[in-house]
Amino acid sequence: MSARSLRAGLPSPLRTLLRAVVLALFAFAIFGPLLNLLLWAFAERWYFPNKLPLEFGLTFWYRVFQPRGNALASLGTSIWIALLTVVLSLAVAIPAGYALARLKLPWRGAILLLFLLPQAVPNLPVYVNIAQVFYQIGLNGTIFGVVLVHASHGLVLAVWIASAAFASVDASLEEASRNLGASPWTCFRTVTLPLAAPGLIASAIFVFLESLDEFTGTYFVGVPDVTTLPLLMFNASMGGNYQIASITALLLLIPSIGFMLVVERFLKADVLAMVGR
Amino acid sequence: MTASEGTTRGRWIGLALLAPALVVVVVFFVAPLAMSAIVAFRRKDGVLTLEHFAKSFDLYTTDLLFTLAIVLLSTLLIGLVAIAIAGYLTLGENPRTVSILRWLYRWPLFIPFVVAGQVMRTFLAKNGMLNHVLIGSGLIEPLSAQSLLDWRGIVIAFVWKQAPFVTLLLAGAMASLESQHIEAARNLGARRLRVLIDIVLPQVRGTLLVGLVLSFVTMLSVLSVPLMINPNSPTMVTVDVAYRINTFADYAVANALCLLSLVLAAGGAWFYLQHAVGKVEKA
Repeated sequence: MSARSLRAGLPSPLRTLLRAVVLALFAFAIFGPLLNLLLWAFAERWYFPNKLPLEFGLTFWYRVFQPRGNALASLGTSIWIALLTVVLSLAVAIPAGYALARLKLPWRGAILLLFLLPQAVPNLPVYVNIAQVFYQIGLNGTIFGVVLVHASHGLVLAVWIASAAFASVDASLEEASRNLGASPWTCFRTVTLPLAAPGLIASAIFVFLESLDEFTGTYFVGVPDVTTLPLLMFNASMGGNYQIASITALLLLIPSIGFMLVVERFLKADVLAMVGR
Repeated sequence: MTASEGTTRGRWIGLALLAPALVVVVVFFVAPLAMSAIVAFRRKDGVLTLEHFAKSFDLYTTDLLFTLAIVLLSTLLIGLVAIAIAGYLTLGENPRTVSILRWLYRWPLFIPFVVAGQVMRTFLAKNGMLNHVLIGSGLIEPLSAQSLLDWRGIVIAFVWKQAPFVTLLLAGAMASLESQHIEAARNLGARRLRVLIDIVLPQVRGTLLVGLVLSFVTMLSVLSVPLMINPNSPTMVTVDVAYRINTFADYAVANALCLLSLVLAAGGAWFYLQHAVGKVEKA
């Protein structure tokens, strides 16, 4: 240890100080913007050149959470869309993931690549044209239209993670249950599905979050009737109402940060290792 | 199920299980993408034309270059930040610093772009916290405080939001490396920076490239961040696309612009393949 410090040319206390300074700068880079958001959320009055809000308060929180306010309605819309997106995505991703993990398929690699496409290609042209088609068939501005757009994007993650989750289930357990006389469906329902459940829950959470946070697709397909929380936040911010925008942003941050803190509990290393195999 | 594996029947079952997912992706992703190519090349009377591209270049050449420059610079910075953090997480000698860093870097991981846009809109503004801290610490004069809400704001928002993702991938790849090589090099007296550049990085190059190419493509089609931080010209192509549609219902030029940004993305993919192939040849 001491030999290495000598080689680096700096005495140990100085290195500790340097390390602390760099770490503090990094913490400011990460948390500074978030702290700024928090200040705005509780600011009653704040203008240049005051370093801090002139007055703190909850006026804007009351306005956001008033019973018939836009924000609560948008929150409801967002959650409803995200739930429907999860149901639709998993309903098609679970069979697909199982087939990709367990059955011998022709063009398996090509199919996996096709499911990667929505993550690997800029999405803007897709949203623009879906919006045009949906407009002609009356799906623009409907919840169902937005759910379809979110699901086609969320599906990618769902299929890849579901496939990895099924692949990480020990196949000999399935064989044992089949040898004991269980039908393929019983075997899938009582053995495979429960064992793959943590991975499937992880994929459901990913799809839910992605739908909750989605902006561009909703911006084109949801107008003018579907206002999700990200759209409400955007409109408030562009309208110069930083308090409402910051409070809405905080609401959106809660699930994102919550998931960041627990992601490893659901997405275990054995499943991660099977992603894309 | 195992009995039917490989038989024709098994294949049909497999394809039947896949069909609904395939239908969703083909109908709601592949078809609109193909439509983009058709709309961009057709005049109203159905004749093939390049006039929409001519108009795109006429009006938006600056923005196309601006977009490419911003996304390339962001990708480069994301790469550097990710290498620095993942490298320290792997080679760092102070366990407490390593664990604090591991806890710190992930926060923006799942924060949506639209929230990152809002966060930076206030943080980087003339009256934002960044300027107040810089003034407070005596680094800049109050009068020279300036808003960073231009191309710099977009780059900062992109790096802040996207670097944790690449770092997560990179740190995972580095953690699964054989530690013997690293130990051996360290025992032979190699400095940590040398170990990182000469031994660790070449082995995780593939993961780094995947993360960077995915980030590059993602950033190309982000609308919210440029719209919130820098909506005025020169700005990113995504803003122009939204403008063509919302103001003129001009789907032809919008799609031409979309195709041009697809070309940029394809450039990223090409770069990736070049280097992935180069890696195979080396091995």
